[in-house]
Amino acid sequence: MKLETAGASALAEKEMSVHTVSDISVEVVSDSGEGAQKCGTIFGSVSAKMGNGVWTVEIIPAEVEPPPRNPAGASGIRIRLGDKEVTNWGDETNVIVAFNEQALLGRHDLNALADDAVILLENMWATHPDPAVRKEWEDAMERLSHRSYRIIEVPMEEQCLTVVDNARKGKNMFALGLLTWLFDRDLERTKEQIAFAFRTKKPIITENNIKLLELGYSWAEENLDVRYVVPGMEAAGPMVVMNGNEAIALGAVAAGLDLAAMYPITPATSVSHKLGEIFEKYGGVLHQAEDEIAAAGVAIGASYAGKCTFTITSGPGMALKTEFLGLAVMTEIPLVLVNVQRGGPSTGLPTKVEQSDLLAATYGQPGDAPHVVMAPATIGECFDIMTTARRIAEALRTVVIVLSDANLATGVAPFPRPELSPEWQAGPPDQRPIPAGAKPYDWDPETGLSRRFIPGQAGGEHTLTGLAHDERSKVAYDSDTVQRSMTMRSRKLAVFQSTLLPPEINGDPEGGDLLIVGWGSTKGAIEEAVGRARKEGLSVSSTHLTFLSPLQPGLKEIFGRFEKVMTVEINYSDIVGDPYITPENRRYGQLAMMLRAQTLVDVDCWTRVLGEPLRPGKILQAIRQHMPGGEA
Amino acid sequence: MIMPSCSLLHLADEDDDRVFEMGDYEGPIARWCSGCGDHSVLTAAQRLMADKQLKPETTVFVSGIGCSSRFPHYMNTYGFHGIHGRALPVATGVKLSRPELDVFAVMGDGDCVSIGAGHWIHATRYNLDMVALLLDNNIYGLTKKQTSPTTPRGYKSNTQPRGSYLLPMNPLEATLGVTNASFVAQTAEWIPAHLFATLKAAYEHRGFAFVRVLQRCPHFMPDLFTDAVKTPDMIEILDHPEGIRAAGIEKIYKNTTRHDPADLNRARELAEDMSAIRLGLFFRDESRPRYEETRALQKRTAREKMDLLNEDFDRYAV
Repeated sequence: MKLETAGASALAEKEMSVHTVSDISVEVVSDSGEGAQKCGTIFGSVSAKMGNGVWTVEIIPAEVEPPPRNPAGASGIRIRLGDKEVTNWGDETNVIVAFNEQALLGRHDLNALADDAVILLENMWATHPDPAVRKEWEDAMERLSHRSYRIIEVPMEEQCLTVVDNARKGKNMFALGLLTWLFDRDLERTKEQIAFAFRTKKPIITENNIKLLELGYSWAEENLDVRYVVPGMEAAGPMVVMNGNEAIALGAVAAGLDLAAMYPITPATSVSHKLGEIFEKYGGVLHQAEDEIAAAGVAIGASYAGKCTFTITSGPGMALKTEFLGLAVMTEIPLVLVNVQRGGPSTGLPTKVEQSDLLAATYGQPGDAPHVVMAPATIGECFDIMTTARRIAEALRTVVIVLSDANLATGVAPFPRPELSPEWQAGPPDQRPIPAGAKPYDWDPETGLSRRFIPGQAGGEHTLTGLAHDERSKVAYDSDTVQRSMTMRSRKLAVFQSTLLPPEINGDPEGGDLLIVGWGSTKGAIEEAVGRARKEGLSVSSTHLTFLSPLQPGLKEIFGRFEKVMTVEINYSDIVGDPYITPENRRYGQLAMMLRAQTLVDVDCWTRVLGEPLRPGKILQAIRQHMPGGEA
Repeated sequence: MIMPSCSLLHLADEDDDRVFEMGDYEGPIARWCSGCGDHSVLTAAQRLMADKQLKPETTVFVSGIGCSSRFPHYMNTYGFHGIHGRALPVATGVKLSRPELDVFAVMGDGDCVSIGAGHWIHATRYNLDMVALLLDNNIYGLTKKQTSPTTPRGYKSNTQPRGSYLLPMNPLEATLGVTNASFVAQTAEWIPAHLFATLKAAYEHRGFAFVRVLQRCPHFMPDLFTDAVKTPDMIEILDHPEGIRAAGIEKIYKNTTRHDPADLNRARELAEDMSAIRLGLFFRDESRPRYEETRALQKRTAREKMDLLNEDFDRYAV
């Protein structure tokens, strides 16, 4: 480790090294409330506007304001920049700005930092009046010294106090200035982005923030001797940049969903923050219910009486809604449920990513409740999927569960701006009288599909019931009706599955040694890892499933082209070779379990629950180890 | 301003000259036990609909689970027989999507006071324009005699065979304690005129009208109101020009108390005092804010929405 004190090298003497890189990761970490995320978001947005591929991920502690200067409480953001599209958060961070050494240690402890990482560290703690703080600083320096980090001390507090009285409310903009110089970002664009980010605050806030930005910029210019150039791309067309939860909210509007019922739960809530901000101008109702169950009930009641609606939740909330989901399936009421997955079980890891709700989403309702489960893989897909889900829910008269996750929820990346079409909107419910003799469940015996009666339609009066019922919606417990109605509700799924396409193969569609199967937010990391593995000469390809239930067609045939098939997922699976774990009792990853059952192919899995998105480098290692005939 | 309904296609024309009679609202023969209080409420609801000439197709009865929750099946209207305790969220959804529909939520004491108690409190506070009926027979009937939250203390059931341990919950007192309660009444199934007058007042109320109907369960709680049925003086009728007046019952029910339904404190005292069975309107305040009025929403066409959405996308443009 090299430790450099601020100002040691004056501009005149310093020898600049400028690195042109195609891919680099940057982090800003601080205590909660110091605005690291704001700094990173603005930096990411400016970079996107300058033509870089960008992926940002927030590092969020579970508490609002955990104790300061605590490794576990580190709050921040990672921004990965590239000269091409960036589809995931990458492996390790190359440059980090840390507001204290404890937050830095938190990242160090998680092996988040590259061995040669450049660290810009606030140095006020080294000379803090409290000897305990000084001791912590010394201990931290000792621990960090075992790596080859280059630590550059920065007098952030001292500098910021020349502009504001409380540096806690300004250091982030100073840090933004450092990064702006370090990465040669357009200073004017950054100022515009600051003005936009603080548009609802008093003008003095923006003014001070711009002063702090400039201060950080000129401090960097005078004191730093390293700069990075990440070449930009020519955009093929107009792009937008947002996080997955914002994309879901805008997607819901595009889909013509007019009512959302929800109860606050991390990491789903920010969908409703966005809706809360914009939904009413579209005539939409955002109902914050008294609990998760009521949110499902309100959405179902509203769907029953009119247009398809949706509810937003995360795993624990979906668990509470299960009885209502079964009711919607049984009464064939269209409903979209968005589950932004977090780590489980129980309260688990509220702010961290996992893909552990797949089985609960698919099979978690009591009784046989066939419905659709699908997952967006990118932030752009978070937008598109809402229209798709709404249409499927209406066409099939059933529940569609959309499984997003914390990685997509807080990840920010540019995607091509959608060309909006009014045809995506749901049509108004038909209020024409029901022809005599028509039944509320006029199941087509071939497909199980039927037309929905909506209150207001004269002649369609009937009572929906969660009890077993016949075509007329009359309670019926006789064997024939029970078997037939179950068949009809299930048949719809097969009909739907027959309209789906087989998944595409990334790599070699002809086949090869290993096929990686993924779903949801891991797509970018998996494809990057597969790309790197193929460059090493490994015969590996990947495929990514959008539909989890029913599964897309052709899987068994596709799997047959590869010597080995393995899922990569962010959920728990046992590792054969661990104490007591045998091939017979091993618990598989959730998609692996479903694929094994559906295809009878001996699908292996590599899954990890690390409380963070999968790093492509780790997937690459797993690929190497799991090649047929490999170590594992 | 009330929130608009979702856009609708092919609305029926205005010159609808249909005239409805009670029989037009009747569904299949009810399968409740003979002597069950639910029958009286069903008849009163059908009478109310005929009285108000409500259209069967624009009326929705939402229920939960239990004997009384079979109610929608026996009405010739739209009905939603959902899950235990959750009638109110479903009814809330119906009303939010289609404020023009007439919505009735029918719940038993298990539904409303036990498993769905959270919804009861919040629906009271939302104050959506609907009628909520608590058909309270103080026992779980459909599942064969388990203690309910309103079961009298000491009453033996299959779950508490040595007698109910707790004091029964008082649903009127609880509802009157909730912020924004706007209509709270109590009636009894064995006094049809009072039952009808109460349902009518509840329907006419603009807001969330909570009605507790005292009911007998001939199978599992047969003696609960035997004395009250035989001895009309045990019933105290709340009387006021602004309250509920049931024509023709004065000769039998002479025990009356004058109570102004605008007086919330007195309403709470009367509800809390269990020394008499009180029927009538405890409280009404039509000035309480209604949930439908909380948002000034404008209907948008698909094209307008897409134009607005394009503006929102501008803010994310790279």
